Amino acid sequence: MINPLRSEEDAFRFTVVVAVLVAPVALATIIWNSGVGLAVAGGLAFGIAFALLVIRRESAPERKSVRRRPSAGGGHRILVVANETLSGAALRDEIERRAADDETEVFVVTPALNTKLRHWTSDDDHARAKAYERLQAMLDALDRDGFKATGDVGDGDPVQALEDGLRVFGADEVILSTHPPGRSHWLERDVVERAREQFDIPITHVIVDLERERGLSPPPATT
Amino acid sequence: MESAAIAHGHAHEHHGPPLANRSSRVEAQPLGVYLFIISEAMLFGSFFTAYFFIRVVGHEPWPPHPFHFPVNVALMNTFILVFSSVVVHWSLISIKRGNRAGLQAGLAITFLMGLTFLSTQINEYFKAGFSIHDGSFASVFYGLTGLHGLHVFVGLTLLAIMNVRTLRGHFSPEHHTGVEMAGIYWHFVDVMWIIVFLTVYIL
Repeated sequence: MINPLRSEEDAFRFTVVVAVLVAPVALATIIWNSGVGLAVAGGLAFGIAFALLVIRRESAPERKSVRRRPSAGGGHRILVVANETLSGAALRDEIERRAADDETEVFVVTPALNTKLRHWTSDDDHARAKAYERLQAMLDALDRDGFKATGDVGDGDPVQALEDGLRVFGADEVILSTHPPGRSHWLERDVVERAREQFDIPITHVIVDLERERGLSPPPATT
Repeated sequence: MESAAIAHGHAHEHHGPPLANRSSRVEAQPLGVYLFIISEAMLFGSFFTAYFFIRVVGHEPWPPHPFHFPVNVALMNTFILVFSSVVVHWSLISIKRGNRAGLQAGLAITFLMGLTFLSTQINEYFKAGFSIHDGSFASVFYGLTGLHGLHVFVGLTLLAIMNVRTLRGHFSPEHHTGVEMAGIYWHFVDVMWIIVFLTVYIL
């Protein structure tokens, strides 16, 4: 959920909405009496709650067009979203497989995973530091493999981090890496499905089984 | 996401709190103001609790006979305060577009409107015909409107500082956080008055 009050503009809009809602209540009370005014207030509150409920149910998530413009030059551009699975060989293999040529650019986004409490209290220094460490290790590895790789720490919500990443890095495709089903919080939250619903861009899902990779590594599963 | 993506091999040196996320976070300054405003709203909430308690358990007309509230003056004050919110918003839009004159005029007009509101309210206190000692209704009336008046005074102080800073050449289209924070606070003062006006004077 995005905070609706984030700026002076939002506060002004809120003020106007309050004034517009209070006006009919005040008018009804002045013309008739307090009882009618309260009835109007109740009706407005019920109407708003009902409208919000209906709007939320009916509005399907809008598919965002985030494809890179065909006119943009340069080589193939891959956006990678991963956090704990960044160290997985399966992910790096998939990047290598998808990299068309030497001009391929890779942008890695590592969501700063945090607890709800720490998120709401803006205490995300630790989460960002951890995500940054993983990002640096991944960039080092990609650099050794000869990729032009950059990256950034993203929002704790991987879908939000993906959207932010697409806005700063016009990608041709996305690789989203998770733990296997049953061990992945992202899969429990339908991150892959949500991302595919929201973004008009090819998204490859790579499952990285870190425990198995530490032993014998079977071929990575992609969907 | 931080404002600039890092290139591989570059040291990531950022001092102070992490930068706000581009699309999903509140900047630190508005967040601080909003948290302060939430605490203020709770303070108002305690006063409103007293008000509703007295209205519900009192079973008396509001205000009790023979007193009456200056509704027309309060209505005029409401229009002044709502319009001042529009003006302070306009002043912020002006500086975002590089219109320094608009910022100066907007802040000065907002300050004068706030001053008019406060002086009118103080004047009405002297003409109200009842004092804070004349029963629970009077205590609640003076408590709520006085608490709000105190917030108007704080808002006016912020606006005065912003006016002085503007005259000294501060603020630009890129840097106007002070005006934005004062604007948010002023909108809060406005919203609280609308609720005070509706509950105390109208309902």
